[in-house]
Amino acid sequence: MRLSKNFVKDYVDVQADLKTLAEDMTRVGNEYDSAEKLIPATKLVIGKVLECKNHPDSDHLHCCKVDVGNEVLNIVCGAPNVRENIKVIVALAGAELPNGLVIKKSNIRGEESNGMICALYEIGLDKKFLSEEDKNGIHILPDDAPVGKDPVEYLKLDDEVIDFELTANRGDLLSILGMAYEIGAIYDKKVKEVDLSHRESGDDLNNSFEVRVNTDNCKLFLARKALNVKIKESPDFIKNRLIASDIRPINNVVDISNYVMLELGQPLHFYDADRLGNCIETRMAKSGEKLTTLDGIERNLEDTDIVISDGTRAIGLAGVMGGLDTEIEETTKNVLIEAAIFDSVKVRKTSKKIVRSEASNRFEKGLDPNRTYMAIERAVKLLEEYADATVQKGTVVYDKTDKTEKKIDIGVKDINDLLGTNISKADVLDVFRKLDFKYTENGDLITVIVPTRRLDISIKEDLIEEVGRIYGVDNIEGKLPVVPMKIGSVDRTQREIRDRMISLGLNETLSYVLINDKDVHKYTSDSFEELKLLDPMTEERNVLRYSLIPSLYKIYEYNKAHYIKDVSIFEIGKGFFKKEEKYGENTKLCALMTGEYYLGINNQKQVDFYVIKGVAEEILNYLGYEGRYSFCLPKQNIAEFHPGQVAEINVNGEIIGIVGRIHPEISKEPVYVFEINLDTLLAKKVSKMKFKEISIYPNIKKDIAIILDKNITSDEISKVIKKSGGNLLVNYEMFDVYENASLGNRKSVAYSLTFGSNTKTLTDDEVNPVIEKIVESLEKNLHAELRK
Amino acid sequence: MKEKLEKIKESAKESIGKIQNLQELQDLKVKLLGKKSELSTMLKSLGSIAAEERPKIGSLVNEIRNEIEKSISDAEKALKEQALSQKLEKEKIDITAPGTKVKRGSKHPINRVIEEIQDLFVSMGYDVVDGPELETDEFCFERLNLPDGHPARDMQDSFYITNEYLLRTQTSAVQARTMLANTEKSPIRMVCTGKTYRREDDATHSHQFNQVEGLVIDKKELNVSLADLKGTLEVFVKKMVGEKSELRFRPSYFPFTEPSYEVDVTCFKCGGKGCPLCKKTGWIELLGAGMVHPNVLKMNGYDPEKYAGFAFGTGIDRLAMFRYGITDMRYLYTNDVRFLSQFDRKDEE
Repeated sequence: MRLSKNFVKDYVDVQADLKTLAEDMTRVGNEYDSAEKLIPATKLVIGKVLECKNHPDSDHLHCCKVDVGNEVLNIVCGAPNVRENIKVIVALAGAELPNGLVIKKSNIRGEESNGMICALYEIGLDKKFLSEEDKNGIHILPDDAPVGKDPVEYLKLDDEVIDFELTANRGDLLSILGMAYEIGAIYDKKVKEVDLSHRESGDDLNNSFEVRVNTDNCKLFLARKALNVKIKESPDFIKNRLIASDIRPINNVVDISNYVMLELGQPLHFYDADRLGNCIETRMAKSGEKLTTLDGIERNLEDTDIVISDGTRAIGLAGVMGGLDTEIEETTKNVLIEAAIFDSVKVRKTSKKIVRSEASNRFEKGLDPNRTYMAIERAVKLLEEYADATVQKGTVVYDKTDKTEKKIDIGVKDINDLLGTNISKADVLDVFRKLDFKYTENGDLITVIVPTRRLDISIKEDLIEEVGRIYGVDNIEGKLPVVPMKIGSVDRTQREIRDRMISLGLNETLSYVLINDKDVHKYTSDSFEELKLLDPMTEERNVLRYSLIPSLYKIYEYNKAHYIKDVSIFEIGKGFFKKEEKYGENTKLCALMTGEYYLGINNQKQVDFYVIKGVAEEILNYLGYEGRYSFCLPKQNIAEFHPGQVAEINVNGEIIGIVGRIHPEISKEPVYVFEINLDTLLAKKVSKMKFKEISIYPNIKKDIAIILDKNITSDEISKVIKKSGGNLLVNYEMFDVYENASLGNRKSVAYSLTFGSNTKTLTDDEVNPVIEKIVESLEKNLHAELRK
Repeated sequence: MKEKLEKIKESAKESIGKIQNLQELQDLKVKLLGKKSELSTMLKSLGSIAAEERPKIGSLVNEIRNEIEKSISDAEKALKEQALSQKLEKEKIDITAPGTKVKRGSKHPINRVIEEIQDLFVSMGYDVVDGPELETDEFCFERLNLPDGHPARDMQDSFYITNEYLLRTQTSAVQARTMLANTEKSPIRMVCTGKTYRREDDATHSHQFNQVEGLVIDKKELNVSLADLKGTLEVFVKKMVGEKSELRFRPSYFPFTEPSYEVDVTCFKCGGKGCPLCKKTGWIELLGAGMVHPNVLKMNGYDPEKYAGFAFGTGIDRLAMFRYGITDMRYLYTNDVRFLSQFDRKDEE
């Protein structure tokens, strides 16, 4: 809402300068975007062009001598409409124009130029408000313009404007009158009455005109008639106030409807009464119904649109835009005025489809019925005064509104408890008086009668907000709550996983949850329904991800494109799904690794399957699942993984994740990923961390190497070793795998076996039989052969 | 005899002096002092010397033998030292060459700030709670006093997947969940941090961003008030933005609080002097806050006659950008490794 200072001064006395006013309004909750003069240009003066000659060195420039009162200036001017004996706006040397230009004494192609003759758009008026001539050239002032004087004052453009960004609940501030009440409350000034005085004549309109309302979505509809209007240009003050409010002046009649809307907040609609007939109806549109709106576009209406009709056909979209057929034209003689209240939600819906306008915005925020009555009276008053109208007697009224003023009881203690203050009753009452709220007192209890203009106030807390606002939030001292002490809690599991991953050398990422639907089923064999957005912003991101792998792979591709080859990243985030009609989300840990894992002099390690598997194992071990997981080939082939380098991670018989190399068809470079569903994993309880007694007897280490079939897995060998090793075998680790042509289909595998006891130092005599037993078992079960 | 011994001594010392390594020394030791050495032979032949001369010559032989032994052990020590220093010299490396780089991971700046915020509130007795990102209309809007038809519920501003389900537009959804989940209707002190989503994408807005939400509810007689909210946010802002930050509460409007405030802080960039970031106002709008609306309390099972509370929320992305001087919001979501790896150390205290 753009507030013209001149306009609001009609209703309230404002002494404060513009900046102070803007800041004071901000402090009570009305933020502003800008506060500046309507014409921000400085050092402007009215001049008279005494002489205008073509520039000797240019085909479009003119060399002018301009009388600016106390001197005659040489000015080079490029405007096509500059000529001798006209009055113009001159920016003197040192003037600053809104586009940032500073006028200097200069020399233009050899000719002295000591100022600038200005167009209106150059001093700050938007081109949309200007005539064709003013859009294309300098502004020519009337002959009576006084040379040497301020042209802004002469044009009555000496206004200042604050552009407020109002909160959604303060519809009342979408009017100059509402602003006047707000400013009055801040500066303790009384708001002046609105002048509605006018003459009426003729037969009562109720005898010749009917208002029909056939929908609940219109609660109030008023109609009046103004006869024999004379369409002409509006007086300067109306035009300039409209311009200050960012509305283009058209003619006096149309301008008055906008002027009243700005002034009182009630949108009006003026119809050419002679093209209307003798009735007006408000109803819901029939589906399939058509209407050509005044912008010339034919609209297909829906049954959620409220329309105005002349009894047979739609002639306007209520609250949004009028119809072309009944609009005010140059030839209009008689005007039918509509002042109504339409349902805010319906208007919003329709206006979003068609156009959001100053009017629809006000309907959406809600209107005060008392103001509707005031507005229609104000409109006829102004039509009488500025369009020479004769006001026909009588207002046709359809009114289902409740105009009872709300009464709210409030105690001073309620206020102080909620605000944490110690405001006296006198100060509280003072706030209500400044706001122009009536009240009665009964001991400590105050009954406030809320004026109907304040639709936002309906409960005690709303009044407390008013007290806080006007009393001043800045006057409330902050303190910490005095509440019983208690321990705060936070689940640190995710944090610890994150820290662990970081210490393993991975960079944490933060990727978008929305991905492309082509990727959503990748890297998994799980079956689920994808979650598509009803209305995506871009097709690139139209579905919620299930797995984080597609997100991380995209990040890898981005980095690769930027010549970063070593990428080790991870993320903890959500994956979403619909399974068996239920929506859900899981927290997942995902990692992607490629390139060099660590780098030292003569000591590098490229990421391979075992590196990323090691990272996954490290996390599982860290979380307490050591010895409870296994890695097995996926039961179903997953197309995006290398079929020979992929494993499902199984914890206690349940698959909690996957690890593998991305299929070489997708990425030529070896890229490895793993993903663990943390919700499934962490649901499995882990044992308490507990100290185990350390044996005081030394362990014995023995290595064995066996040759066996290539396809026998490490898991299978481990199982045999573990089973046959008995109590004395405390640890075993594979430390070498060797294959070559001479071994054919077989491989050599070496294990380091550790033996120990808590009760004695073991001897070879005790250990050797165990080793023999292990070897025997390996020979028997796996057809292994001890390598000597 | 005596002369002969002196000669042996001299030649032994000369030989020892020429020795280059321990093996040679060992061989020489055998040669000089072993059973077949001249000295040993001489000792054996003492019998042939006159009895009165014997003790004298004998002690002389021993004396010379001791002397040679000492020379040998001195030489041995010297050689060992030399060998060690040679070995060490050989093992000398360029200590200025770089140490092996164990890859150092990094924590995303958003999560750094989230953890700091969580810790701050935990230290004040708040519980950190979590809620779903795929929310229902009911929790995201309805239970927060945003009835159907409210402009904030516009389909165009949110990512809906059905008429009922949407990606949460605000962490405030967790307020209702927390109140409802508290079946005993006991006091609440909670914060929630996490991802939120809105249907906008431009230079300063990402369709996915992060928020923190706080909620305090307690019995009315404890007077949890606007002053307490102010004090709490002062602590928060001074910790997250800087000790010198000032706060400005501006009355505003949110359907789930009444009264509602927008909270401005002294511009991070110019310190309040006015700059393009703060649009020359000296203030940056940072938080939304207010006293919990009685309807919200009621809808979620708390009697507004008995309970009162406050709530606040803010965007984390901008705090992270300010904290680390990140110049463009897009860096936060591009995940360029050159960006990520800059956050690989402990924050300064």
